[in-house]
Amino acid sequence: MSSSGHMIDHPGPVSWSEAARREIDAIFAKYPDTKSATLPIIWLAVREFGWISPQVEVILGEVLKRPLNEIHSVVTFYTMFPQGPLGRHHIQICRNIACWLANAPELMEHLVAKLGIRPGEVSADGRFSLEEVECLAYCECAPALRIDGRYEGNLTREKIDRIVEEAR
Amino acid sequence: MLKLVTKNIGIENSHTLAVAKANGGYSRVEKALALAPEAIVEDVIKSNLRGLGGAGFPAGRKWSFLPKDSPKPRYLVVNGDEGEPGTVKDKYIMIYDPHLLIEGIIITCFAIRSHKAFIYIRGEYDLPIARVEGAIAEAKAAGILGDRVLGHDFALDIVVHRGAGAYICGEETSLLESLEGKRGWPRLKPPFPAVEGYQRCPTVVNNIETLSYVPFVIEMGGQAFADLGSERNGGLRIYSVSGRVNKPGVYELPMGTPLRQIIYEHAGGISGGRQLKAVIPGGSSAPILTAAEIDVPMDFDSLAKIGSMLGSAGIVVFDESVSIPAALLVLARFYAHESCGQCTPCREGTAWMTKIIQRILDGDGRMGDADNLIRIAKNVLGNTICPLGDAAALPVISWVTKFRPEFEEWIKRGRPVGQAPIPVTHIGERTAVAV
Ligand SMILES: Cc1cc2nc3c(=O)[nH]c(=O)nc-3n(C[C@H](O)[C@H](O)[C@H](O)COP(=O)(O)O)c2cc1C
Ligand code: SF4
Ligand code: FES
Repeated sequence: MSSSGHMIDHPGPVSWSEAARREIDAIFAKYPDTKSATLPIIWLAVREFGWISPQVEVILGEVLKRPLNEIHSVVTFYTMFPQGPLGRHHIQICRNIACWLANAPELMEHLVAKLGIRPGEVSADGRFSLEEVECLAYCECAPALRIDGRYEGNLTREKIDRIVEEAR
Repeated sequence: MLKLVTKNIGIENSHTLAVAKANGGYSRVEKALALAPEAIVEDVIKSNLRGLGGAGFPAGRKWSFLPKDSPKPRYLVVNGDEGEPGTVKDKYIMIYDPHLLIEGIIITCFAIRSHKAFIYIRGEYDLPIARVEGAIAEAKAAGILGDRVLGHDFALDIVVHRGAGAYICGEETSLLESLEGKRGWPRLKPPFPAVEGYQRCPTVVNNIETLSYVPFVIEMGGQAFADLGSERNGGLRIYSVSGRVNKPGVYELPMGTPLRQIIYEHAGGISGGRQLKAVIPGGSSAPILTAAEIDVPMDFDSLAKIGSMLGSAGIVVFDESVSIPAALLVLARFYAHESCGQCTPCREGTAWMTKIIQRILDGDGRMGDADNLIRIAKNVLGNTICPLGDAAALPVISWVTKFRPEFEEWIKRGRPVGQAPIPVTHIGERTAVAV
């Protein structure tokens, strides 16, 4: 269950781009009802707007024809729908059993020291954000992390340094 | 050694249609579409193919439970949530042989007379999602999917649905809720999905790996497939091995392969030349085995007999240097974090168990805390809507029972003298929210 933290507003009004509107129609065409399109359309909103803000929830409610409280309860249930801006590079580091056995806590400390941020925070320059997650299903290459949609495993301090440098 | 669902791994571009076809891909569809749907179901029952997502329910029997006379559409929902800690197998099929999965889906949909399948894939799986979507697009363009599957009078559409980060959505009714656009709160069963599933329509939910074996059942026949495994556990399966072994990875081996052989022969034995202490045989929810229990054949019935589970066959290996109470905290915290909060015993019980294990490790354990843990776990067991409650309780009961002296030593002496605090960090929350 996701912690329903504090949602961050977008600085101004938000609206769908033309391309997004076309994509919304294509998503609706895949499902027998509109409600089932909820998760894919929230994913689309994350791509369009970076995170789900109260303003984004309003336009989600409009396209999905669902009340705002329903939209909010769905958005906050799932951990991958950010409710505030992430860094340009978002790092998710695994804390579950195989990674723990492979020294993940120490690597987490290393990452915290290197980036100067703790999980749940964004670096001052907006480059990085950090998140501690449960099993990524990359246990055979533990310890593991996910950055910008790809997996990195068999982590060492040196490998983490390299990943961070390459992302800068 | 015989391999089936992993046999194409290592072949260049194995995920493309051309390479898949050159290696037998879709040849079994032609054979299946010439059969009567009921004959396929019968053969899959005979094959003893079990559900490989965790519960081990015989696949063919599940299909046979669909009501025969319902006017509603039927759905196949494919479970690619792969969230059970220690389990990494389905992504290999999705990345390296997505056409095999599609072939299994086509045959299964034909057998259960369904024209629409959804593949629910965990949100973190960008590459598997891209590969499966790419394969679907290729198959559509080649006339393998669409209004007339390979020119036959059978229509099939497959839609990929991306999850968004919730372990509970791997549970089949939670997954259906999530697919319907809701929070993933599990449903009370019955009704089972076969009767009322997606959109209250008859629905079969099967794991990615389960369905990927279906083409081989058709190819070799149910009996031959059954003969590859052990009694009532047909064929092969993928064992995921992680933790303190020399060669962590995925190994496709017959059902019933002894656990000792998987750990010492295939996974290269215990790393660092240390001794084995304990093993989780089937994903984090499976009760733990001690080093003395690893001669067990890895099939659903043999593990149930010794009080554990084959589950997802996610094997996690612990050597003698691992602190069992600290490892249990990692799992207890996981279940507390992933409880959907719907049932009081699960919500409260998982939080309490985590708190008690934490205080034991902090050196503040109380006499009776070992019993407290077992008592709380037993209050969760069987008293919840979905099996996550049991999944959280069973490890606690088995770990505390089998390694009780270790818990009691921590409680009696506080932190063992000279031992550094065991890092089980709790650095922050999961959802990244700007501050
Ligand atoms: C908490 C929980 C998590 C689960 N996670 C998964 C999962 O990630 N993948 C999966 O295939 N099955 C998972 N299952 C099992 C499903 O509920 C269901 O039994 C399975 O998808 C049926 O397919 P099968 O018969 O082919 O195994 C989970 C069950 C529970 C209780
Ligand atoms: S057992 Fe736990 S996860 Fe399952 S429905 Fe109840 S509260 Fe939710
Ligand atoms: S425990 Fe870290 S990827 Fe599975």
